[in-house]
Amino acid sequence: MINSSLKTLSQMLAKKEISSVELAQAFLNRIDAFNPEINAYIALDQDKTLAQAKAADARIAAGNAEPLTGIPIAQKDIFCANGWKTTCSSKMLENFVAPYDAHVISRFDAAGAVNLGKTNMDEFAMGSSNETSYFGGVKNPWDFTRVPGGSSGGSAAAVAARLCAAATGTDTGGSIRQPASLCGFTGLKPTYGVVSRYGMIAFASSLDQAGPMAKSAEDCALMMNVMAGFDERDSTSLNREKEDYTRDLNKPLQGLRIGLPKEYFAEGLDANVAKVVMDAVTEYKKLGAEIVDISLPNTGLSIPVYYVLAPAEASSNLSRYDGVRYGYRTPEYTDLMDMYCKTRAEGFGEEVKRRILIGTYVLSAGYYDAYYLKAQQIRRLIAQDFEEAFKHCDVIMGPAAPSTAFKAGEKVDDPVAMYLEDLYTIAVNLAGLPGMSIPAGFSNSLPVGLQIIGNYFDEARMLNVAHQYQQVTDWHTRMPEGLA
Amino acid sequence: MEWEVVIGLETHAQLQTKTKIFSGASTAFGAEPNTQACEVSIALPGVLPVLNKEAVNCAIKFGLAVNAQITPRSVFARKNYFYPDLPKGYQISQYELPVVGKGAVTIQVPAVGKNPAYEKVINITRAHLEEDAGKSVHGAVEGMSGIDLNRAGTPLLEIVTEPDMRSAAEAVAYAKKLHELVQWIGICDGNMQEGSFRCDVNVSVRPKGSDKLGTRREIKNLNSFKFMQQAIEFETRWQIETLEDGGAIQQATVLFNPDTGETRAMRTKEEANDYRYFPDPDLLPLEITEADKARVSAEMPELPEAMKARFESEYGLTGYDAATLTASRDVADYFVAAVKAGADAKPAANWVMGAVSAKLNAEEKAITESPVTAEQLANLIKRIMDNTISNNAAKQVFEVMWNGDGEVDAIIEKKGLKQVSDAGAIEAIIDEVLAANAAMVEEFKAGKEKAFNALVGQAMKASKGKANPAQVNEMLKKKLEA
Amino acid sequence: MALSIEDVKKIAHLARIEISEDEAAATLTKLTGILGLIEQMQAVNTEGIVPMSHSQDLVQRLRDDVVTKTNQREAFQGIAPVLGNGSTERAVDGGLYLVPKVIE
Repeated sequence: MINSSLKTLSQMLAKKEISSVELAQAFLNRIDAFNPEINAYIALDQDKTLAQAKAADARIAAGNAEPLTGIPIAQKDIFCANGWKTTCSSKMLENFVAPYDAHVISRFDAAGAVNLGKTNMDEFAMGSSNETSYFGGVKNPWDFTRVPGGSSGGSAAAVAARLCAAATGTDTGGSIRQPASLCGFTGLKPTYGVVSRYGMIAFASSLDQAGPMAKSAEDCALMMNVMAGFDERDSTSLNREKEDYTRDLNKPLQGLRIGLPKEYFAEGLDANVAKVVMDAVTEYKKLGAEIVDISLPNTGLSIPVYYVLAPAEASSNLSRYDGVRYGYRTPEYTDLMDMYCKTRAEGFGEEVKRRILIGTYVLSAGYYDAYYLKAQQIRRLIAQDFEEAFKHCDVIMGPAAPSTAFKAGEKVDDPVAMYLEDLYTIAVNLAGLPGMSIPAGFSNSLPVGLQIIGNYFDEARMLNVAHQYQQVTDWHTRMPEGLA
Repeated sequence: MEWEVVIGLETHAQLQTKTKIFSGASTAFGAEPNTQACEVSIALPGVLPVLNKEAVNCAIKFGLAVNAQITPRSVFARKNYFYPDLPKGYQISQYELPVVGKGAVTIQVPAVGKNPAYEKVINITRAHLEEDAGKSVHGAVEGMSGIDLNRAGTPLLEIVTEPDMRSAAEAVAYAKKLHELVQWIGICDGNMQEGSFRCDVNVSVRPKGSDKLGTRREIKNLNSFKFMQQAIEFETRWQIETLEDGGAIQQATVLFNPDTGETRAMRTKEEANDYRYFPDPDLLPLEITEADKARVSAEMPELPEAMKARFESEYGLTGYDAATLTASRDVADYFVAAVKAGADAKPAANWVMGAVSAKLNAEEKAITESPVTAEQLANLIKRIMDNTISNNAAKQVFEVMWNGDGEVDAIIEKKGLKQVSDAGAIEAIIDEVLAANAAMVEEFKAGKEKAFNALVGQAMKASKGKANPAQVNEMLKKKLEA
Repeated sequence: MALSIEDVKKIAHLARIEISEDEAAATLTKLTGILGLIEQMQAVNTEGIVPMSHSQDLVQRLRDDVVTKTNQREAFQGIAPVLGNGSTERAVDGGLYLVPKVIE
């Protein structure tokens, strides 16, 4: 059952083979057993979870269930959920009980899904290993000595260890796709603006986007049907016609043009990872796809650009944490300035402070043009690279991360090395394109992800491309030994 | 050395919207602390701004009213600084691309002593939309300040001028003109006591004839025109004295103390402001099309300049009268309503600027509070026009109406003020007067013009003031020349 | 553009983050590394390129001027920070948020 697809679970619930309460309880039991070790969840509330499950059962009984009614979902702790502690894995918000629901949370509630709990993450989503969390790191279910990736590390581990039916994540520079690659499951970052950011605690507003993290492309499509949609409370939410993301899953791939950017296979990529990715590409050829060599010449600049723009936006977004209206306030202070400076020094972790300082610096007088403006200009060049590439191909493929999961502690003291983790994912955020990572095999018993990048609003096609691969491979069904 | 003062103004006008600029929280004044501070107003984690359409309409109205360029795509930017009344740690404002670009207003600077009144054009540099901050309340708890965020997020239009003013009088004339204009076009209630209209004044001095600007000091938050005048005069004197004593002016923000009439630099150490402006990623460019402008323009009232010109051409009013009547929207509305209700324009203008205005001044009332409505005034003027009453009688009727004791015709009736225009009745009176004053008639015939006026007086007296004076004149002349 | 320890302190102050001498020194090393990464941008000629703030070329949607928010002061002030300096009360009084005295 824990390996069942969302569709199967939904059918079981409809046929009353299992109740939502039983399903939730089964996952809660697994969480009890494995979470103390893995640390995927940082907030659980069994009463709330079971109450939602009970309501879902009533709805199923009443005959007005939707596809996700009664399905237990893990929510990244970046989404405000009314009455739930919502911490963003920061000491700053350690005791913050959200008084309202994020759009994503309301959508799952309306769909009748069950909130299993809030998952661990890098503090304020700043990190690629989940090691910046105030509540401690998360273990990669495939190897407890390794990181699950980040920033959505808790959701990633929860999906990989089957501690939920599916989970939500957010992706600012790769925070869904890189952990999906490192933990071996399917994760999708939609086109910027497809999922409302309302109630999703901001890291870098022009890049942040929420998406599904699940076992398969089909599951992600069902999640997208709930998560996507216009929200008038987010000015950047796109007012588009509602779409069914499952509609193209079964289309054949005959004639699909796959672009392989040479820059994604250059120096910096682990040879074993490269081999797994190329094997997957071979599989696609068998499915009727043709391969096109493309170039994304400004790929290398995406990291410098990102580490100007994201910290700049973050430095401003995180100014509201000042100890005045909610969250942490330093226990001892002499005056206002002292209160501000101590509150923020004590409430934020090292990486968050580092990024605030970088962002403050690049925006400060005299440096704006050289850093911020320049980065925004190069951002356009990066977006234009993709625009050009999509004239020649339908989807772009490559690795999602340069290597498999690394050891906990390995890169903690070297921010630059950590930042390079996102070499293949960041450009997608800068351009605002959709991207996903799907399990494509293993290297030394660790999962490797294949990244699929689509054109704007091409999520349904990407899900089709992923689904067809998952019909002829079984990488996505594998789960870590010892967690059964 | 002769000195010249150079003044520029930055005015914050709170826009008359029902809700805040980026959220659906009410902007009503005077609510209990923080009861209008919604999740966006207090900047809870995860909340986002959505721009209020009405605030944009207000900005467009202002732009049209000052003949400004309206930016087709303006951009919202974040101004970053920490202050307890600024919940996000940044203010959403506009920086490089404000919604309103260069424009101008013409001010009337009143005569002072021997210096005659004059007109001057003040150039507007820009006007931009931004959100207001909350308020700090002191004294409730020892050693602490209380923060009320009801005002946080109230829409403001910040209107910036070029340093075009050269005296306190010009600055005050501009401020008054702007104050009237924003109320005229209905974008701001102009309530200075409640802080709806706040002026910051940049003052610097330089040797007369120099084209280099001196170092300026900014006088913050002036909330009355009287204080503005005093503050600028004090500040100007202070700067000149400082320079003449060999000192230098440091750029500073100063506050005006109405009790002492002095300005002083703010106590907080001015750290080098580094606001780290950058485009707000939560908001997209604000697009204003020609169609938007046309739509707003159609909703706009006639502007004072246009109305003044129309009063001159259509009603034959003098330039001075037309300017006086259009100095305030309420006065203009009152005048137009009186004309619409049937009063002739010239007497209506005279009454509004004369009796009505005198009464209002004496009782410190606004024209909107006038006990005599425009319609009542029109009825009164109609009775003068149709010879029912004389001007003198009309003044009595006006007094009675002002005190709320009835309508025009009833008062005329009750007081017996109706003038006699019946030719037979007047003729009878004149015959009587001529018979009783033979001596005067002789004098007149002997060439003494004065005697004629005396005879008119006698006739009016005999009619107890009710005879139509014009008719009396005419008939008397006829009789004497017969 | 080499960063100095004074720069680090100045930025930390702008960002209202207390920083000790030791922390400033350690931060300097790390920030210098990151800025080294960022410096790669300077090699690119970006003359004439329009800066990109948003991934899609859209314009701002406007909201009708209708009151949609109700008073939630009690709920919002129920999560106010703890006052501190010996008090375990929340930092609110009479509906106001309490902060150390603001001096003008």
